[in-house]
Amino acid sequence: MKLLTHNMLECHIKGVTNKYPFKVEAEEMENCECEFNPDFLRRMYPKLDWKALKETADELKIEGLPESVSEEMLKGDESFLRAFHHALLEVEVQEGALICPETGRRFPITKGIPNLLLNEDEC
Amino acid sequence: MKLKDLQSLLQDCKPFEEPKVELEQYTTRPHIAAHILHAIHNSYEGFDDTTVVDLGCGAGALGVGAAILGGRIIGIDIDKDALAIAQENAVELNPWEEDLCIDFVNADVLELVPQMCEKLKADVVITNPPFGTRTKGVDIEFLKVASQIATSAVYSLHKSSTRSYIQRHATKVLGFKRAQVVAELRYDLPKTYKFHKKACKDIEVDFWRFEVK
Repeated sequence: MKLLTHNMLECHIKGVTNKYPFKVEAEEMENCECEFNPDFLRRMYPKLDWKALKETADELKIEGLPESVSEEMLKGDESFLRAFHHALLEVEVQEGALICPETGRRFPITKGIPNLLLNEDEC
Repeated sequence: MKLKDLQSLLQDCKPFEEPKVELEQYTTRPHIAAHILHAIHNSYEGFDDTTVVDLGCGAGALGVGAAILGGRIIGIDIDKDALAIAQENAVELNPWEEDLCIDFVNADVLELVPQMCEKLKADVVITNPPFGTRTKGVDIEFLKVASQIATSAVYSLHKSSTRSYIQRHATKVLGFKRAQVVAELRYDLPKTYKFHKKACKDIEVDFWRFEVK
């Protein structure tokens, strides 16, 4: 699971209001190599929850993301764009769990795939 | 990438090992997947700078194909056995040096309404939904979820016999700006399950494009 995907997932247990973002427990992480495409990053930035990305990256000890992002950085700050690309698309949580911020329910991540299937009493 | 090259890559897509009848699992045929993806890539949004959600991705023919064309994909399926195969396909079919940008999530598409979709947004949703022969209306439920995720367009397959209903439902109820049949396909379903009497059965299927407001 990449942080791009993490940024878009929320806990969907019935009745939960504080459902975003999932806390990530990472037991095993891997790096993959994806094509570096700054145009995609510029298009993606306004759609992302930056705070969630930054906090999660910090917890996973992925370095190089600033607290806030300026126009100039998005335009032409190569080292920032590389760090952004890496955190968003190249870091993969292989084993671990997503934790609901309200209930603490653990959704396991196995071989890179988070299991978000709910139990009967949760939906 | 040319249509025939994409098609020949998808030819090697590994199918479901033991298809589950209750989920109406049919592997999207390589030539159909290739045509659909080629049309999206060349006539509409394209995949270059796009995020894509593949709803009910199964063994991953559509999602992996879209990733080969440069999209960033999240494939969602209820069946973890299918996702394991999809993950293999994402590695085996990749013609590029770099990894494909594709993630898989094990979730029930029908549980995604409506709470989970607030953050789950993508430019494009592609889906080859269950046609609803076992559970009536399930393809419409998929389309409803898709309508909440896509910010640009939804591409989907539905039986041609339901065309006028889909047309009406998509614009009147689901709030799509436009619904159009991009192509009529003959969907050759090879014998997958014991209750299939013929070795191969052609059904008529529409390839739809639904434009979001």
